[in-house]
Amino acid sequence: METRELICINCPLGCMMKVEMDRTSVVSVSGNTCKRGEVYARKEVVSPTRTVTSTVAVKGGVHPVVAVKTASDIPKSKIFDVMAEINRACAEAPVSIGDVIIENVCGTEVNVVTTANMSKV
Amino acid sequence: MKNEYKIVVAGGGPAGLAAAASAVENGCPAEDILIIERDASLGGILNQCIHNGFGLHTFKEELTGPEYAARFEEKCEELEVPFVLNTMILDISKNEDDTKTVTCVSKENGLKQIKAGAVILCMGCRERSRGALNIPGYRPAGIFSAGTAQRLVNIEGYMPGKEVVILGSGDIGLIMARRMTFEGAKVKVVAELMPYSGGLKRNIVQCLDDYGIPLKLSHTVTKIYGKDRVEGVDISEVGPDGKPIPGTDEFYSCDTLLLSVGLLPENELSRSLGVELSPITGGPVVNESLETNIPGVFAAGNVLHVHDLVDYVSEEAAQAGKNAVKYVNGEIGRSERKPVKITTSNGVRYTVPVFVNPENAEDLITVRFRVANVYKDKYINVYAGDKRLVHRRKQVLAPGEMENVILKKADLMAEGLEEVLVTLEDE
Repeated sequence: METRELICINCPLGCMMKVEMDRTSVVSVSGNTCKRGEVYARKEVVSPTRTVTSTVAVKGGVHPVVAVKTASDIPKSKIFDVMAEINRACAEAPVSIGDVIIENVCGTEVNVVTTANMSKV
Repeated sequence: MKNEYKIVVAGGGPAGLAAAASAVENGCPAEDILIIERDASLGGILNQCIHNGFGLHTFKEELTGPEYAARFEEKCEELEVPFVLNTMILDISKNEDDTKTVTCVSKENGLKQIKAGAVILCMGCRERSRGALNIPGYRPAGIFSAGTAQRLVNIEGYMPGKEVVILGSGDIGLIMARRMTFEGAKVKVVAELMPYSGGLKRNIVQCLDDYGIPLKLSHTVTKIYGKDRVEGVDISEVGPDGKPIPGTDEFYSCDTLLLSVGLLPENELSRSLGVELSPITGGPVVNESLETNIPGVFAAGNVLHVHDLVDYVSEEAAQAGKNAVKYVNGEIGRSERKPVKITTSNGVRYTVPVFVNPENAEDLITVRFRVANVYKDKYINVYAGDKRLVHRRKQVLAPGEMENVILKKADLMAEGLEEVLVTLEDE
């Protein structure tokens, strides 16, 4: 039986959690103060994921870039592939929150969407 | 823009937006409120905080900074709260009839004086700069505050450099370590003077640990190399006295040094108005209504004390907005009774509020505070004389994380009560 210690990243409380593992399966999670913590811990030890936030170039906007995120979390191992895609993309003003900039980024079945509004110059 | 408003809100960031929305929701007609914002858009610093993690308390979902700001902008839009942009407040003064005069300037309206029944201070904070640190060396290009770098990358679309050292482990520094890494920079190290990080734990995990960026606690930058552009820095270990230990310096080559060394509430306007400021927080000393020593002047958000969570800023500002409405309606009582003073000890650095007039308080009073050090397995205790009002166990307390206790109005109404004590104890 292996014990892994994790700090929950779901919210700023940052609960310190212990995950008891039997090889690759999770036996128990402790130290979390909410359900989200347990879900995170079970996922983190097996297949960690993250939401990626960045910016994409935007044509004709009041600023040269607009903020984006992956609409949900993606595998941690794909972060830099996703960033490369994001850096190739370009939006056109006006942009509204939630506009899809890249569909199914890097085969993750997750879209990259804008997180800010931007009007045209 | 009219010449007179019931409530003027100084600043259109998260605090200002929440305060204004709350004022309308508590019965002040929207057209009697004005938000004055110096930037070209509402939302304040949230616009450049493009990372996620905002709003878990308020909206029960994880939003990015601009998304969180947009929720409140939409709310103010729905409520039809008037606002002006690109407008700088130069001065706030009080008049003999207890109204305030807000003097502001903009390209569009020129110099303008606005009469206000109440003013809510929501100017936020700014970053401590290199000048405050006394690091010897030339003044080469490549030294930025973390927030400036954040604005350059996230709004202006510029990368400040390729090889980065970060001094200070405040949240903005940690967030920028990840952001610069995403954009292809090599972040070599984060050095922190204190033996603990000033940032949230989750940010150390997901911004540094995830990318193998070392965090050197009890370390600081002791020399900056380069004349026209930063070429490198020396980082030395510091002793328990906070002074660098000779011989421990290590050279890191870099073209960029980011400083994330603390935030200071921005209170120039408050000071010239005569608002009493706390030497600990740098923000106004307020009572239960978040009202300063000047009746009708309220404060909320980072101008009051630096927050780690915007959710708490919104909550606090909503309270200030509500109380400003009570003030203009003449509903804040001015009794003869002395307010109850909240005192602190054993590592509780300060509280907001400092004074409570129980008759003006809500049934439950949120008292926010920060601690001076990292503490494990402590109790937050609140005493009124010998009587213990609050007894709450905390596994961990850290300076980077704001704490709070809830006091009951009924407890503070007790006859003759002049002081309560907020303290940390082993049991």
